[in-house]
Amino acid sequence: MMVQTSGQKILINDQKTAVPLIAFKDINKIYGEGEARVHALNAINLNIYTGEFVAIMGPSGSGKSTAMNIIGCLDSPTSGVYEFEGIEVGNLNRYQRALLRRNYLGFVFQGYNLLARTSALENVELPLIYKGIARDERRQRALEALDKMGLKGREEHTPSQLSGGQQQRVAIARAIVTRPNVILADEPTGNLDTERSKEIMEILKKLNEDDGITILMVTHEPELAVYANRHIDFRDGIIESDSQCKREG
Amino acid sequence: MFFETLRLAIQAIISNTMRSFLTVLGVIIGVAAVISMVTVGQGSTDQVEANVASLGTNLLMISSGRGGGPNSAGGGGTSFKLKDVDAIEDQIAKIQSAAPSSSSQVQVIFGNNNYSSSIVGTDNRYFIVRDWDLSSGREFYESEIRSGTSVCLLGQTIREELFGSGNPLGETIRLKNASCKIIGVLEEKGASSFGNDQDNVILMPIKAFHRRIAGNQDVTMIYATVRDGISTDKAKTEIENLLRERRRITTDEEDDFDVRDMKQMATMMTSVTGVLTGLLSSVAAVSLLVGGIGIMNIMLVSVTERTREIGIRLAVGASEQQVLMQFLVEAVVLSIIGGVLGIVLGLLLAYAGSIWLSIPFSPSLSIILYAFLFSAVVGIVFGYFPARRAARLNPIDALRYQ
Ligand SMILES: Nc1ncnc2c1ncn2[C@@H]1O[C@H](COP(=O)(O)OP(=O)(O)O)[C@@H](O)[C@H]1O
Ligand SMILES: [Mg+2]
Repeated sequence: MMVQTSGQKILINDQKTAVPLIAFKDINKIYGEGEARVHALNAINLNIYTGEFVAIMGPSGSGKSTAMNIIGCLDSPTSGVYEFEGIEVGNLNRYQRALLRRNYLGFVFQGYNLLARTSALENVELPLIYKGIARDERRQRALEALDKMGLKGREEHTPSQLSGGQQQRVAIARAIVTRPNVILADEPTGNLDTERSKEIMEILKKLNEDDGITILMVTHEPELAVYANRHIDFRDGIIESDSQCKREG
Repeated sequence: MFFETLRLAIQAIISNTMRSFLTVLGVIIGVAAVISMVTVGQGSTDQVEANVASLGTNLLMISSGRGGGPNSAGGGGTSFKLKDVDAIEDQIAKIQSAAPSSSSQVQVIFGNNNYSSSIVGTDNRYFIVRDWDLSSGREFYESEIRSGTSVCLLGQTIREELFGSGNPLGETIRLKNASCKIIGVLEEKGASSFGNDQDNVILMPIKAFHRRIAGNQDVTMIYATVRDGISTDKAKTEIENLLRERRRITTDEEDDFDVRDMKQMATMMTSVTGVLTGLLSSVAAVSLLVGGIGIMNIMLVSVTERTREIGIRLAVGASEQQVLMQFLVEAVVLSIIGGVLGIVLGLLLAYAGSIWLSIPFSPSLSIILYAFLFSAVVGIVFGYFPARRAARLNPIDALRYQ
């Protein structure tokens, strides 16, 4: 159902029903073989519901990124079942997974991953081109998204002409311009100072509260995790703790 | 959707100016080299064919000795005598006319000017067999031919060198130990197929040549024209039989002379231009290779960046097909730009070359099409296939590509 092309997406479930937005059932991810074998995710079970703001924490190498990439359909698990809105992602073909990324997911990476030598506006327009949105509407929506990120007047700047914080805000604009259900942010503030980091967190919080976008964010810093309402701790490929918490700030 | 893909491709081309420029440059070098080389090669072949045709297809060249070119004095065999020339003309009905020719390279002096030229001893039949007219003056008188009077006709080159714009008729020039009065000037003939200047020539009665220049009675070459509508092969056989008889060659001995017709000359010269064309083609092939390697290099150098770019596109929701279509369009656009510029440049170079070498400008549509096809293939192979590999990776592997 969700593999229908552009435009209307069909939300089959929301928080009221028992079916989670994202469900991991015994997910394993193993890299390499023999000596180099790494069990990055070890029989992970996890449910995430629409509207949550989840902070994923844990030491380096504990499997956080691996989990995020599987959720984002950028990678596949070695075994186990991953369901998105109740649909088993492992049964989708490459094209259907592209549609899932296109219509439901938005990514924010630690390294921004913007197209070099390409203007902020064109970077933000990019997902809408693949969605088949007509030129005028596309431009309009990209300008709005950039405006929302406080980047008015920076539309024609290329990444190299923008600061790290500005680049990350362009990346967030690109992630939200398609109005996704979920934003996956893997250490979005990893390259930014405290001030810039807090700005980004405020933006994510606002997207979560005002637009109802589910947010999964990996972070190392406890003072940023407080923006989330659920904390999940990874250690050696398993979930060490998972707690709901009251949001502050 | 196609226009969106085209837009994406053009956006990618523009945002990677240097890479796009180098790719286009590679295509230009390859295509321009092939077109210019092949066009020049074709031009020289056409030139040779035109020259052969201008010599006349009914001309036979008879030289003493074996295997010499048309201008060689021939080694080995005894030279012909004037009687041989008359015998060929009189005894073989198939022959319309035969002219003797003996030549020598001599320093020619007039006033303060001097110039090295080829002196040819012959008679009036030479004008017929060589199909050569006079631009001024007169042919030899019979009496001058019979007594070997020292009179001469100038080719256009030597006339220009010695007299410039002055009138040479009636003047006397010095050749070696002889002096010679000018009675006529030949029309311009141009370069021969072998590239030597046929207009740097002085004609004098062969008896005068024998007495004053050569010091012998030899005829090194006989030009003969076959009557219209008669097979040159048959005339050739008759000449060979006659000469074998006159030179007392027994049936088990080989000819010590050589009769060539223009067909053989044409084959000989085409083989020369064939070598030339082969040489040019291999230079062109090397240029193609250089252009291709250039493109390959750029693509390999940029493969990391491009793979990451593909990862980004996949992450924001592009399908494999959308990415591939964009890269294909990008490769084709670059190839077409490079191909068109390469064709223009190649034709310009070929045109300049044809003027410089004074050969015809013979562009061929098929080679232009081949070159264009080549550029498209190179662009697609080096632009599209690496992209296809990247687009088939897991998006995360493309994003993290080192
Ligand atoms: N592509 C890969 N190939 C091999 N091992 C990998 C790869 N990606 C991650 N790993 C390993 O998997 C484990 C988890 O990695 P990751 O999920 O990136 O950790 P985190 O994001 O929590 O720092 C680490 O031991 C890491 O070395
Ligand atoms: Mg990580």
